[in-house]
Amino acid sequence: MSKELVQLDQVIIRFAGDSGDGMQLTGDRFTSTTAAFGNDLSTLPDFPAEIRAPAGTLAGVSAFQLHFADHDIMTPGDSAHVLVAMNPAALKANLKDVRRGGDIIANTDEFTKRNLEKVGYHASPLDDGSLDSYKVHPIALTSLTVEALKDFDLGKKEAERAKNMFALGLLSWLYHRPSDGTIEWLTGKFGKKPEILRANIAAFEAGWSYGETTEEFSVQYEVRPAAQPPGTYRNISGNLALAYGLIAAGQCAQLPVYLGSYPITPASDILHELSKHKRFGVTTFQAEDEIAGVSAAIGAAYGGALAVTTTSGPGLALKSEAIGLAVSLELPLIIVDVQRGGPSTGLPTKTEQSDLLQAMFGRNGEAPVPIVAPRSPSDCFDSAIEAARIATTYRTPVFILSDGYLANGSEPWLVPDADELPEFPVTFATELNHTDADGKQEYWPYKRDPHTLARPWAVPGTPGLEHRIGGLEKADGSGHIAYDAANHDLMVRSRAAKVAGIDIPLLDVDDPDADATLLMLGWGSTYGPIGVACKHARRAGLKVAQAHLRYLNPFPANTGEVLKRYQHVIVPEMNLGQLAMLLRAKYLVDVISFTQVRGMPFKSDELLQAIEDVLANGADK
Amino acid sequence: MSTDSIPALSLVPKTEGKQSAKDFKTDQEVRWCPGCGDYAILAAVQGFLPELGLARENIVFISGIGCSSRFPYYMNTYGMHSIHGRAPAVASGLAMSRPDLSVWVITGDGDALSIGGNHLIHALRRNVNIKILLFNNRIYGLTKGQYSPTSEVGKITKSTPMGSLDYPFNPVSVALGAEATFVARTVDSDRKHLTEVLRAAAEHEGTALVEIYQNCNIFNDGAWEPLKDSDVRDDVTIRLAHGQPIRFGANGEKGVARMPDGTVQVVTVEEVGAQNLLIHDAHAHDPGVAFALSRLSDPVSLQDTPIGIFRDVPRASYDRLLREQLAEARETQGVGDLGALLRGNDTWTV
Ligand code: SF4
Repeated sequence: MSKELVQLDQVIIRFAGDSGDGMQLTGDRFTSTTAAFGNDLSTLPDFPAEIRAPAGTLAGVSAFQLHFADHDIMTPGDSAHVLVAMNPAALKANLKDVRRGGDIIANTDEFTKRNLEKVGYHASPLDDGSLDSYKVHPIALTSLTVEALKDFDLGKKEAERAKNMFALGLLSWLYHRPSDGTIEWLTGKFGKKPEILRANIAAFEAGWSYGETTEEFSVQYEVRPAAQPPGTYRNISGNLALAYGLIAAGQCAQLPVYLGSYPITPASDILHELSKHKRFGVTTFQAEDEIAGVSAAIGAAYGGALAVTTTSGPGLALKSEAIGLAVSLELPLIIVDVQRGGPSTGLPTKTEQSDLLQAMFGRNGEAPVPIVAPRSPSDCFDSAIEAARIATTYRTPVFILSDGYLANGSEPWLVPDADELPEFPVTFATELNHTDADGKQEYWPYKRDPHTLARPWAVPGTPGLEHRIGGLEKADGSGHIAYDAANHDLMVRSRAAKVAGIDIPLLDVDDPDADATLLMLGWGSTYGPIGVACKHARRAGLKVAQAHLRYLNPFPANTGEVLKRYQHVIVPEMNLGQLAMLLRAKYLVDVISFTQVRGMPFKSDELLQAIEDVLANGADK
Repeated sequence: MSTDSIPALSLVPKTEGKQSAKDFKTDQEVRWCPGCGDYAILAAVQGFLPELGLARENIVFISGIGCSSRFPYYMNTYGMHSIHGRAPAVASGLAMSRPDLSVWVITGDGDALSIGGNHLIHALRRNVNIKILLFNNRIYGLTKGQYSPTSEVGKITKSTPMGSLDYPFNPVSVALGAEATFVARTVDSDRKHLTEVLRAAAEHEGTALVEIYQNCNIFNDGAWEPLKDSDVRDDVTIRLAHGQPIRFGANGEKGVARMPDGTVQVVTVEEVGAQNLLIHDAHAHDPGVAFALSRLSDPVSLQDTPIGIFRDVPRASYDRLLREQLAEARETQGVGDLGALLRGNDTWTV
């Protein structure tokens, strides 16, 4: 039976179920197929902090949203066209994110009285008319799967577990996705368990043919590949891109990579990934705590490694003192903070941008640290290389401020040519660099390069350059302990001047007709939603410019000039206005802070609304 | 002494010329209080290092915070004065990435056992190739005289005017509890003993903990006096020597024996017979007897305090195992190819 094929330009699908239902896996798999098909895409996993929250509860719902299109897209999308709800909890938790008129595929086997009551439904929403504004497809996913697998030598539980593959098969049919990739992937995954492998393939195929034969679906959809610049692509998440970026950075700097880290959500995947790449000379050290992680990295930096520590907000708080030491030692160190909801333990699996001020100021004394913030999952790769360039060139700790959304979200990535990455090989000091009053040659560990203000980096093992460094204030040049006031004033100002003088590109402004009155200025992972909002605003005839800060310390040299060029500047952030505070303080510009801390990225619609509001009401301000 | 055959030092380059203690002195003015026990330890270390014959530039001293932690400034080697309690972690990172270095940690009782307790126990169990010299003076000196985690109960100090309430750590017991592979104790004023212990520590592959009883003549003068006073020290101190019966006292009249109930106790030789004294076995795999020895001393009177090497057992160091994993990864998978890594296994071409 052949059905009508409808062309769509984009689709947003959300898979939702219990933590144990395999929704992240299903989403990942659908994403790979979609990426290979050539659509542009963006994903948003959303899972609970508990590994296995009680089954069937709202707390245990795990979801995965995928946005794919035949054109360039920037976000996982505001609201879904299709929700796959594996149980009542998944429906209840996600319904608000489904657009009216959208499709809801509900696994009726799980809509039992008990499961409904668990989440406060008195009657089944599938029958009581409350979902009349959606297209509901009640399908007994579990029993259909069990039925399809009845000839297999499997227990009921094992057969039921394959229901996510049934759902994947159905969705793959519905959106006309090729199935070879999935079958190949299942073979790789279950190759050693032939019965389970065949069962999963059978469940997938059963889902597919169910779509083809059932009258539940009268049409099949197709989203054509997007036009993308030529090259080799892969799908990549932010944490993976960051790990690869660090390995690449080691090659750019020609230094061995050393990671000192302690497990913490959502940064641990970087530790896991780097630990797999020992053949690149990468050393990973899972320390006893966050402080030991950064301290060991400082030790490795002293020895001449490209030293890294990875963490999230609470861990960063613990590392503060050691980062201050790195500022004082003036040694290269990369600190990766994958931000999550705070304060304290906060929302470990949800995203937020609330560590900006912690990165800026969270140390005792005047302890400036450069900050680089990636704007998309794949940009984490370039940000890691850029952080390494700054750290090694200027002998300074550098922050990479990623966040939970970038870390776990993914997008297609035009794989760079490994031979064309920037090169910034480090030269260690090997010679004496100062002549004392008696004409004697010595080594001065704090004699600065007049251009970069960086100090020389002499590693242990270098004959003749033996020296001692530490966290006590040092005399300019000689590096000996020095308590005198004028020297301290000089050293504090020198460290600040070094960071302020870091060579970074100017802030780029996207203002197509150069006549916008309103600037949307963001940083980090808000790039996508802000971009979409600007696009929609322009389509509606509004004059909007967009700029995005990749460098937060120092700011690009033209930042003040850009801010002053626009009548209105909106600064959207997933915090209570931290960048806005910095901009106001530094540039005396009354930016409009637009914030939310709901643990999820901005929706582009709410940003569009903010633009409309300011342009409507703020004109005579 | 040749260091080539010593696994702990075999990867560290040797000096070409001859070294003397003078080579290890810096031009920095030493700023400990006159009479401080730290001077004797500094002199002993500077005097002993030439014996190892290592290239001076391949030796690194890393310290935390406290009086003792100024030590690296006075050593003409590479050195870092880090932050409070974290020296073992900093040194671990350095040692595991640079096998060609001889890495030493200088710390005190407050630095190592209070703020840095976590790093100390983990360094000890992990067995990274670092040598930790713990200067124990049972007081906070640099912050001007508060009680420390090794101070005896009831200690009257600035922060405990009615006497301290918490029970002290015995650093050797702590280290043995963490199954450290090398644990020793020595005394600042006994240059010969101190040097012997330092030499053994340097030769040990893995983490070595050397507790050095050090006098702070300003805030806790005489803390270890019973072990130093020539009138009583022989009666108080148990000198441990591997392979020898444990016997002490001014006239060798006392010893240590294992009792029928399994405990290890101080006895008179007369009562048990010389042939029944415990033979000290620093190489025993089980740390149980060494731990029992560490419990003999009275924390207040210091009666029956063992000094010497409690434990010295072979176990591959963390950094050696780490290097082996790195080498194995390269052997079995080949040197990493960045281009192949970035492409992965699931690409498409536009
Ligand atoms: S305060 Fe005590 S430990 Fe510190 S330098 Fe003076 S005597 Fe030595």
